[in-house]
Amino acid sequence: MSALQYKAPTSVDEAAALLAGASGEARVLAGGTDLLVQLRAAMIAPELVVDIKHIPELTSVSVEDGVYSIGAATPSAELHENADLFAMWPGVIEAMDLVGSTQIQGRASLGGNLCNASPAADSVPAMIAANAVCVVAGPNGTREVAVEDIATGPGQTSLAKGEFVVTIRLPKQAPRTGDAYLRFIPRTEMDIAVVGVGICLTLDDGGVCTDARVSLGAVAARALLVKEAADALIGTKVDDAAMANLDAAAQAACSPINDKRGTIEFRTKVAGVLARRTAAIALDRARS
Amino acid sequence: MAKNHVTTTINGEPVEFLCETQETLLDVLRDELQLTGSKEGCASGDCGACSVMVDGRLVCSCLVMGVEAEGSTVETIEGMADGENLHPLQQKFLENAALQCGICTPGFLIAAKALLEKNPDPTETEVRYWLAGNLCRCTGYDKIIRSVLDVAAEAKGA
Repeated sequence: MSALQYKAPTSVDEAAALLAGASGEARVLAGGTDLLVQLRAAMIAPELVVDIKHIPELTSVSVEDGVYSIGAATPSAELHENADLFAMWPGVIEAMDLVGSTQIQGRASLGGNLCNASPAADSVPAMIAANAVCVVAGPNGTREVAVEDIATGPGQTSLAKGEFVVTIRLPKQAPRTGDAYLRFIPRTEMDIAVVGVGICLTLDDGGVCTDARVSLGAVAARALLVKEAADALIGTKVDDAAMANLDAAAQAACSPINDKRGTIEFRTKVAGVLARRTAAIALDRARS
Repeated sequence: MAKNHVTTTINGEPVEFLCETQETLLDVLRDELQLTGSKEGCASGDCGACSVMVDGRLVCSCLVMGVEAEGSTVETIEGMADGENLHPLQQKFLENAALQCGICTPGFLIAAKALLEKNPDPTETEVRYWLAGNLCRCTGYDKIIRSVLDVAAEAKGA
């Protein structure tokens, strides 16, 4: 067995070349909060680890004409401390802030949470609801991929060999837009979502919902973008009838597993309840 | 295969070491540098016993590769006291008997210090959430939380 190699490139092109050129398995190291656990547990046995944190655009946040570009390896704690970003996208930032402890927050990143491809990743439904897009770099240049198209199943992504997520772009918000994320866990902190719901909605000046995106986590093999649930809100004032339709559409979209954290019936029911509660928060935020 | 050569700063002192890529910062601190104050509890980032500061951020050293310390600044429990003078948190933990077996204590102290540097006057709820990633199986947390709040209150009164 050959020794594990470590490289810390300082440019996107260099990182893509290293990842694409590896003869065996190569892994991207962002915050390492999943990667190091998997290495230690011998769940993976790469020959190369590429640390992307020395590439400036991977660990910085910039905003241009209302569009936020978040370096995929930026620690969550840094995002939480960015007051403007937090004020604009509280749902996304709160979702990422739910991941792990203070110590984990010092390292864990949006890109890592996304590319680890856990169906229960908290930040992913929030990013999908926000209509976030990834800039993906690879040996053949860069391409843009919607967040919902990255994970394909538990631990599996659509990224090709040599590709990695460079930045996550949050679009310019229309006026009267609000986003929110809620999850159900059986305790108050430090747990994995049994169900997660991200919702982003926009109102017109009469209070009618003109746009919405609803995403469910932990109720399928990957986070879902549920158009029927969004359609339940669009064209309404997000009243009780709309909430009931949202609840039903969210439940209908669920295809969860049975496990010790929640049965199929429980997860399905909770998805509907959480969708209503999440929509209520997003609605409040859109109005204020 | 050549080991990685790493140059870093630990508790204000320049340090060089060699490590295999799969060695964690915690492995290096304990096994190469004999800084055994940081403890290995779970080795998966759940218990916080290995908490250290890297470039001003509170992290689990079991989830940092040793090689990642290149060019960074690391602070461990060994750097907390000023010579014979204990840090106020260390003193208060002793006064309040906020420890029994002591395995979790270095991690709690490092994490609590990080909290008070960021938020000198936290509420009890803020202290409990901040320290949620530090597990103690002996004392039941109350004396630990009380000690952090006492240090904050005394610093405010001073």
